[in-house]
Amino acid sequence: MKFLPLLWSSLWRKKVRTIFTLLSVFIAFLLFGVLMTIRGAFSFGIDIAGIDRLVLIHKVSLIMPLPVSYLARLNTTEGVTMATHNTWFGGVYQDPANFFAQIAVEPEPFMKLYPEYQVPPEQMQAWLADRQGVMVGVDLAKRFGWKVGDRIPIVGTIWQPKQGQVWEFNIAGLYDGESGIDKTQFFFHYDYLDENRLQGEGLVGWYIVKIGDPGAAQQMGATFDGMFANSSAETKTTTEKGFVEGFAKQVGDIGAIMIAITIAVLFTMILVAANTMAQSVRERTSEVGVLKTLGFSNASILALVLSESVLIAVIGGGLGLATAWAFVQQGDPTGGMLPIFVLPTRDVIFGGALIVGLGLLAGALPAMNAMNLKITDALRRA
Amino acid sequence: MFNWMSQTLAVTALNLRTIPQRLGSSGVAIIGIAGVVIVLVSVLSIASGFTAAMQSSGSPSRAIVMRSGADSEMTSGLTGAEVDVIKQAPGLRREGQTTLASAELYVIIDIHKKSTDTSANVPMRGVQPTVMAVRSEASIVEGRMLEFGTNEIVVGRGASGQFAGLTVGNEFKSGQDTWKVVGVFETDGGVSETEIWCDARVLQGAYRRGNSYQSLLAQLDSSDSFNTFRDWLTANPQVNVQVRREADYYAQQSRALSGLIQGVGFGIAALMGIGAVFGAILTMYTAVSTRSREIATLRALGFNATSVVVSVLAESLALAAIGGALGGVAAYFAFNGYQTSTMNFSTFSQVAFAFQVTPQLLGMGLTYALAMGLIGGLFPAVRAARLPIPTALREL
Repeated sequence: MKFLPLLWSSLWRKKVRTIFTLLSVFIAFLLFGVLMTIRGAFSFGIDIAGIDRLVLIHKVSLIMPLPVSYLARLNTTEGVTMATHNTWFGGVYQDPANFFAQIAVEPEPFMKLYPEYQVPPEQMQAWLADRQGVMVGVDLAKRFGWKVGDRIPIVGTIWQPKQGQVWEFNIAGLYDGESGIDKTQFFFHYDYLDENRLQGEGLVGWYIVKIGDPGAAQQMGATFDGMFANSSAETKTTTEKGFVEGFAKQVGDIGAIMIAITIAVLFTMILVAANTMAQSVRERTSEVGVLKTLGFSNASILALVLSESVLIAVIGGGLGLATAWAFVQQGDPTGGMLPIFVLPTRDVIFGGALIVGLGLLAGALPAMNAMNLKITDALRRA
Repeated sequence: MFNWMSQTLAVTALNLRTIPQRLGSSGVAIIGIAGVVIVLVSVLSIASGFTAAMQSSGSPSRAIVMRSGADSEMTSGLTGAEVDVIKQAPGLRREGQTTLASAELYVIIDIHKKSTDTSANVPMRGVQPTVMAVRSEASIVEGRMLEFGTNEIVVGRGASGQFAGLTVGNEFKSGQDTWKVVGVFETDGGVSETEIWCDARVLQGAYRRGNSYQSLLAQLDSSDSFNTFRDWLTANPQVNVQVRREADYYAQQSRALSGLIQGVGFGIAALMGIGAVFGAILTMYTAVSTRSREIATLRALGFNATSVVVSVLAESLALAAIGGALGGVAAYFAFNGYQTSTMNFSTFSQVAFAFQVTPQLLGMGLTYALAMGLIGGLFPAVRAARLPIPTALREL
């Protein structure tokens, strides 16, 4: 600690250089934070997908509907805690560019299956009481400036109402949740859809089944698929996690591309920072000689040089990560295309470790050189 | 003037010739800039490949008819009666008794994607016998065309490459149906190459769609007859449809995704560019400060400040050009033509496309690199020129 002033003054020996080194480390970790966020956004919330929830879709493809009659059979199967069905609505609010997910659900079982969606009890009551009511994610409400009680017209693209083109909804409540949960969805009563659509009565999109023992997911899946085999609508069951994973994989290897870019960025930045630090130690050969003459041990020289580089990395990188975090707090910049836009805690910790690693790595070579320097050489070389 | 020119040239030549002696720090600058260019070019090549696939899919001389209100073929629906009316409309090309129009179904089917070994939403299109005449760019490149009225299918070249089991002669089961692959087709790189084509009537049965279709694709008599065709249909009370040029339809479908990729690409490249400018500044500062005595000697000998500025700038531009060229070449060899597929969010179905490193992208990468070199060299150059000669001579 007592060497802090020494450290500080050698850091500012060449102000411009230090500032630019700080800035490039800053940019590197700002990018790291943003890239990790994008990577997370493209995995569509896989980290929070439940392992005790199974998804049943039509075997031929997701777009094929299933009969609503499967619900009773699923609910009476042994090992099933609760089952419910969802239906994709795919309507347009004002402009096709305003994309967000609208899903027809059975409100009560749905909210029990998804305890991660938090709703004030009185809003839940209001939703149950209003057939045209919807439960809207807080992020979605913020995006369009909606509040409880607003009436929202949505044009159906898949489902045409019996009259006209427009479906009307009332916002009954707003759901919130921890970070990492998609708060841009729009849940409404399946009954409202089923009674008012022109065609497709009694059809649902997919089933969500909560099972008692997550370890038995595989067998349960096989049981369900067996129950409906050779019917006109055969099913395919996966865990919710597997389902989300499969969906993310269809979008492509965004995660892999992001990691490749991050590696390229960090590698470049380490190279630049290490080169600058090495240069700055080389310039001070004679100073190191003086320090050694004054009785500084090899170990303390090593520590001094290393802590200098770690200090630069921590200040620059820390600010970078903090800025990335602040940027991500502003929410999804694309306006709805990346609903889960958060910087995962895991990546923040990983970033912190990288920062210290960068400081140590960049300082290692010059620090070793400084440590091994002979006093006579050092003093002569100037 | 001549004197100034020759001075500048001499110092610049000296600087450039001595780059190899500062290999370490010059290498850092080159690699830094090359890294930025690789990232910029490769990310944008994804967007340009995707856009190219979508654009080459749509011809301005074809019109696509869907139910009004539907934003994609997936959500559209036309009855058999509507299709009959639409085929009578004026403005369409006819050969003898047949109208060059194909009423189609568009569904997705789960098939394993080879690269991830998980199932993917592959688009399947039920077509009518006129399909090849309507899509004049389509051709069978392997096997033969499907026999209408049977369970035979032809698959696009992209689909055949990306998804498991789509090779000529192979059969696969989906739900209750068995499909037999008899041919592979190409459509000049358009999105249809990710599709599977079968007989619309067979697909109606398989997907229980009765006598209904989802879209109708028609050859216009001429590009100008679009308005005639559209206005006739819009005014006709027997049908409830919207008409778009095929090119417009695909352009609108690709807008969201290519916008997203471009936004991400430019955002990352801009941030990386700032980082690389700092890297270049650092490198040039290092270059200048290790040679401050040299520069001061030149100045003492009578070389003027401007020539020193120009020489430092020239060095940094040269490094940037090398870095930019290296980055561009690396991106070209690593990514050009790289085949992949992604999800088209407007139809939830897969689109296969190839990354495209176009000459424009390479030019842009190089321009970007030179701009970084210019900014990165400017401050150190001014500093070198401002160096007080006596102090600099004494330094080190």
